[in-house]
Amino acid sequence: MAAGVAAWLPFARAAAIGWMPVANLPMPIAPTNKNKHQDELIILNVSGRRFQTWRNTLDRYPDTLLGSSEKEFFFNEETREYFFDRDPDVFRSILNFYRTGKLHYPRYECISAYDEELAFFGIIPEIISDCCYEEYKDRKRENAERLMDDLEDNKDSKLPNMTFRETMWRAFENPHTSTMALVFYYVTGFFIAISVITNVVETVPCGYMPNQRDIPCGERYTEAFFCMDTACVMIFTVEYLMRLFAAPSRYRFMRSVMSIIDVVAILPYYIGLVMTNNEDVSGAFVTLRVFRVFRIFKFSRHSQGLRILGYTLKSCASELGFLLFSLTMAIIIFATVMFYAEKGSSSSKFTSIPASFWYTIVTMTTLGYGDMVPKTIAGKIFGSICSLSGVLVIALPVPVIVSNFSRIYHQNQRADKRRAQKVQKARLSRMRISKSGSSSAFLHSKRNGLNQSLELTGSLEEDQQLKKTTSLLESQHHHLLHCLEKTTNHEFVDERLYEQGYMQTALQNFPSQSPSLSSEEGITGTCCSRRTKKSMQPLSATHTHSHTHNLQELSALHIQCGERQALNTSRSSLNLMSDESGSLNCKSSGLVTTAIITIPTPPSNNSRASPDAPPPPNPDAPPLPNPGNDVVKISAL
Amino acid sequence: MGALMVIFSLQTKQRRKMTDSVEDELELSAARHRPEALEQLEAQTRFSRKELQILYRGFKNECPSGVVNEDTFKEIYSQFFPQGDASTYAHFLFDAFDTDHNGSVSFEDFVMGLSILLRGTVQEKLNWAFNLYDINKDGYITKEEMLDIIKSIYDMMGKCTYPTLKEETPRQHVEIFFQKMDKNRDGVVTIDEFIDCCQNDENIMKSMQLFENVI
Repeated sequence: MAAGVAAWLPFARAAAIGWMPVANLPMPIAPTNKNKHQDELIILNVSGRRFQTWRNTLDRYPDTLLGSSEKEFFFNEETREYFFDRDPDVFRSILNFYRTGKLHYPRYECISAYDEELAFFGIIPEIISDCCYEEYKDRKRENAERLMDDLEDNKDSKLPNMTFRETMWRAFENPHTSTMALVFYYVTGFFIAISVITNVVETVPCGYMPNQRDIPCGERYTEAFFCMDTACVMIFTVEYLMRLFAAPSRYRFMRSVMSIIDVVAILPYYIGLVMTNNEDVSGAFVTLRVFRVFRIFKFSRHSQGLRILGYTLKSCASELGFLLFSLTMAIIIFATVMFYAEKGSSSSKFTSIPASFWYTIVTMTTLGYGDMVPKTIAGKIFGSICSLSGVLVIALPVPVIVSNFSRIYHQNQRADKRRAQKVQKARLSRMRISKSGSSSAFLHSKRNGLNQSLELTGSLEEDQQLKKTTSLLESQHHHLLHCLEKTTNHEFVDERLYEQGYMQTALQNFPSQSPSLSSEEGITGTCCSRRTKKSMQPLSATHTHSHTHNLQELSALHIQCGERQALNTSRSSLNLMSDESGSLNCKSSGLVTTAIITIPTPPSNNSRASPDAPPPPNPDAPPLPNPGNDVVKISAL
Repeated sequence: MGALMVIFSLQTKQRRKMTDSVEDELELSAARHRPEALEQLEAQTRFSRKELQILYRGFKNECPSGVVNEDTFKEIYSQFFPQGDASTYAHFLFDAFDTDHNGSVSFEDFVMGLSILLRGTVQEKLNWAFNLYDINKDGYITKEEMLDIIKSIYDMMGKCTYPTLKEETPRQHVEIFFQKMDKNRDGVVTIDEFIDCCQNDENIMKSMQLFENVI
């Protein structure tokens, strides 16, 4: 419950009077405020700067330093104030947290100093409010990475026990770890360069042959180039196989971009070996050689900048898409306009709209080859508009891409990917925690039997001593929820248990058709085994949907399943709530207590308003069918 | 071409934003409200000066503008019942507190209501409860009104309850209530029947005194 609305708790409790005439059960006693002194101002002296606030404000969060009795350790008798020798600037945010219920992170603060202050005052950072949480997490992650980088530099020197495979993989990923890795790194780089240069030089015309025609070097020195190519491909193959061997997850490695580039780089050679000089496919073979140029992409392992460029393009996909889309739109529009404008002039190159596309593209990108020019006046006018708008359209998305690139360049892209996953998960879990926090607190206190003793007709002694553990605010809130339970005659349960009960009923619905015992046993057997880890289900859930004949056997099996568990939990296993404590508080007379079995009579909806139930049986003994027509429900004991 | 479209959309967005901000400002200033002086409130309610101070501080903390509108009211009330949906019941509560029916609860309304609930006589409290149940404020509680109220109370429990809430549970509850309260069996409960019946019921009497020490 947010502290901001703690001030409204009296209102919520007063409004509960609206339920009273409707309720059928007696209400629990309200928790009393034992030490009801007037609210007083307390002075917090933090390194000389005095802060003042109401004592109640600090009491809102009893599990922090300022809200608990821990602050008494800092009480200065002479000056009658609480003195803390800490940073007063950060203390501002901390005190505001008590006042408003929201913890903010000031941007100018150092992250580790802030963390230390939070730890000192007992506040967990997860409750930083949404407005500042992203910033906080960013800074924290940067700090952690900085620390990690420092650590890694020290760590690399000492790592004795890694398997050979892991050492190899590390050598491949970080060439700076050992000299062998560095040598390997440079050798492969060298061979990539050689291979690319070979591919390029192959096509340069060098020298004449007797038949008076320039032939490229590749055809003149065929063997030499072939040997070069073979050597490079062998080195690349060996490297690829070594990486494949060393990769921790081979499947993931094979799917990664770099390995695909590797494969594409060496495949043409092998395909060329396999395919001999077959006339039909030699054309295709020539095309394959184009793929050899992909070897140049292997350089991206060697250059961080290249990788970042690739990642930028991938991450700016939307901006690039927009650029492409707007360009396409503009091209089509202007091409159409130019075509119709130039239709009149003779010997016009603008023979069709697709033919005009070339002119439009060349003009919009301000290339202006001049192979197609408009001749009519209208064509010239539209041509100039086209070139002007081309400048604007292209200039707009480019700065976005540029800024993206520079942003990514300054941060590691690995951190981005890691962060994207964790922030989303952390955010969702935080929202879930805050939502379930208060409800689970209530259920928790119920389990500990705190509320059981608070009844108008019950005794007062126990609740005095139990009150110490929860703050007054919490106990009042729980009292309110307890009143609601009494009004509606239903109880709050844990979501997990509720869902189990729900699944249980769904399961029970199915075997009602088949009379065979074995199938039911199989089903209950599985569901029992599934539930051995968790507490056993309220069998009342099944009985509320009272089936006909087979319930007797089913319930017998259930109770036998319960027997298989440890004896001390068998009784509590039939309980809904008190699994840990196992203490049975039988004072709650309002709830239907017992259980056992049903009988194969037509179902009668046992409404909860009937509190007259037979005394609780011993659940360990095998149950016998009750004579007569009482369908009894199993419920919390 | 694309540039032209972008510039055009930017212009319209700016224009829209300007008009929006002007309207927003007007709205904010209109919703500000200052309560009457402390002495007046002290005379009108049964709270002491200090209690009024504490109440006002809490009120102003959550609603700096001085009035609560229905959405804020529902939000605040829902925070106390995380498992269920408290908005329907909060709506009825809002109607009960908003005595002059102007769509917002000011501090005076708030404190008057609380004064009845916490410091009023049993008669006044029962009167207030009757007013809460009588949704259309015609002086009679019909079965439909009661069903709405009870359903909203059950909504606050949420769905994770034990035993699971069934469809007819609210209806049964209404039946029980009417059996108890509707003495002349005419299908509606008047204020006299209500007060009469509640005064004869010990449980209800006891529970009315439950929240005496809330402030």
